Amino acid sequence: MNVHEYQAKQIFAEYGVPTPKGIMVESVDAAVEAAKELGGPIWVVKAQIHAGGRGLGGGVKLAKTLDEVRELADEILGMTLVTHQTTAEGKLVQKLYIEDGADIKDEFYLSVVLDRKLEMPLIMASTEGGMNIEDVAENTPEKIITIAVDPAIGFQGFHGRELAFGLGITDKGEQKNIISFAQKLFKLYMEKDAEMIEINPLVRTGSGEFLALDGKMGFDNSALGRQPEILAMRDLTEEDEDEVEAAKYGLSYVALDGEIGCMVNGAGLAMGTMDTINYMGGTPANFLDVGGSANAETVAKGFEIILKNPKVKAIFVNIFGGIVRCDRIANGIIEATKLTDVNVPVIVRLDGTNAPEASEILNKANISNLIVASDLGDGAAKAVAAAKGN
Amino acid sequence: MSILINKDTKVIVQGFTGKEGSFHAEQCLAYGTKIVGGVTPNKGGQEHLGRPVFNTVAEAVKSTGATVSMIFVPPAFVGDAVMEAAEAGIDLAVIITEGAPVKDMQMAKAHATKHGMKTLGPNCPGIITAEECKIGIMPGSIFKKGNVGLISKSGTLTYEGTNQVCNEGFGITTAVGIGGDPIIGLSYNQLLPMFEADPETECIVMIGEIGGDLEIQAAKLIKEQITKPVVAFIAGQTAPKGKTMGHAGAIVSGSAGTAKEKMEALEAAGVTVVVSPAEIGKAVTKAMAKK
Repeated sequence: MNVHEYQAKQIFAEYGVPTPKGIMVESVDAAVEAAKELGGPIWVVKAQIHAGGRGLGGGVKLAKTLDEVRELADEILGMTLVTHQTTAEGKLVQKLYIEDGADIKDEFYLSVVLDRKLEMPLIMASTEGGMNIEDVAENTPEKIITIAVDPAIGFQGFHGRELAFGLGITDKGEQKNIISFAQKLFKLYMEKDAEMIEINPLVRTGSGEFLALDGKMGFDNSALGRQPEILAMRDLTEEDEDEVEAAKYGLSYVALDGEIGCMVNGAGLAMGTMDTINYMGGTPANFLDVGGSANAETVAKGFEIILKNPKVKAIFVNIFGGIVRCDRIANGIIEATKLTDVNVPVIVRLDGTNAPEASEILNKANISNLIVASDLGDGAAKAVAAAKGN
Repeated sequence: MSILINKDTKVIVQGFTGKEGSFHAEQCLAYGTKIVGGVTPNKGGQEHLGRPVFNTVAEAVKSTGATVSMIFVPPAFVGDAVMEAAEAGIDLAVIITEGAPVKDMQMAKAHATKHGMKTLGPNCPGIITAEECKIGIMPGSIFKKGNVGLISKSGTLTYEGTNQVCNEGFGITTAVGIGGDPIIGLSYNQLLPMFEADPETECIVMIGEIGGDLEIQAAKLIKEQITKPVVAFIAGQTAPKGKTMGHAGAIVSGSAGTAKEKMEALEAAGVTVVVSPAEIGKAVTKAMAKK
């Protein structure tokens, strides 16, 4: 789960990680009020969406007067921002963050992420702040320093010294500041079950302080149960409506551009089914994993969500029952045809636990647009043919 | 022969009396797995499925001599359960539970390694040595005994791959589901050499997914150490680009973890890479014929 910049900065503040002062607003008038409260003399008006590259997309601008704050807030609020991290349709800006301008001497990059190979968190830092870090990694990898921190020992002094010297910070006061900054950031990374924290840029001010000018945070979804404060920060308007609706029923759904709706158990087989459809000359309309506890209700819901997409010309149900019992899926398909108007051919392949019972249930139901497939290849071929109207 | 488990392996179940634990332990017993007991705190001394229940893993190990633990405890308690098994002297913990916090798994795996315990999973279907021992949630009936070893990140693709291998008239030595979480236990690079060393395994099926770089690492190892034919499928060629905010993770692993990248690395290592899981069976038949 991701949070907005203003929320990340709230968490930073809770841990004493320094950030410029700022206020989140949802209207132009509130933006001006916030600017007055912050005092100026300069402000930054920042679009709050869950994507990077906001500055390049025109969603982050500097204001030198209250009139400019009003003008910029009016311009950015309600705009659809397209960046390299959004879809081509972009994201609607519904929230702004009005922030004090900082006295920037220079810019750094700092992040904490999980290193899957080392199986421990990794602090990444660079003197090339404010740039696209992927470009830095590609063009000048020597300018990125990495420090793995074993959670069993936590962030020690030597980690901090490695970081400060690695960034060429020689002033003792500044060293103390950057070490304290990183130590607090690491503490919050661990305590809040963060998946990644990225600060770009991290700025050094004229007086040798370090400030998080930006903040991106993602959290481990599996840990949200014990992080109620973080969970409360979830912004559903940043997520796909159908995906959220599907998740309520234990379904994992992602819309795609093609014509063949897919309903599969297990993420791996779901992707494999999409790959097979593609290989046979068709195009998948979605990824849908019905999960391990699929029943009649969830399957019916799955059909409903798939059929909301007008491009869908056929549906391929591909189930290899392990925990999922095929008879339950079969009942779900019958239920779905009663609850929803399933007006496209449905190709069904059920294998594994209780598969014979399932085929008996389907045969008895005698549904006209239902086509039974013997295996994955057969099912994909039939689905591709059905979508083409054959 | 087989790898890691066989008909004599003694297994306990952590989370034995819970709904999931009970259902699957019963299925494993029916398959012939030597489940010798289970652990549920505060139910020690009782009997469940005809097997003794213990309060702690240490007691269970002491009184049954179990070497493997199958873990079904709820996600929030997985880290704790794994560390308990490690300290009790278990050799292999098979973690079925889905949704364990990543931080807990970092800690638990480091602790397991320190105590010399291997782990599988979490969020995996488990491990099965065909017609001998099933430790997990897979449908046992599809696993016919044979000479093909299988390693898969995905549960249902394990079944799909196995089913095709068996439909082609071959069978399985051991099939291992390793799971696809950010932190997992045994992976390709530990399991491939085990299959290489197993005299009964003649061919290895390897099923991967997008994300991370375990398959790239496996390609390197296969090139250097594996002489048996390997058939691979990587799921997610048509998956949309991940919707992440930052890309720091990709930089760490040094690769974007795309299916294409993995397939090319495996092909360069001499692996037969299929573009659809529907082709796994035929590719195995070809690989077995060439031997």
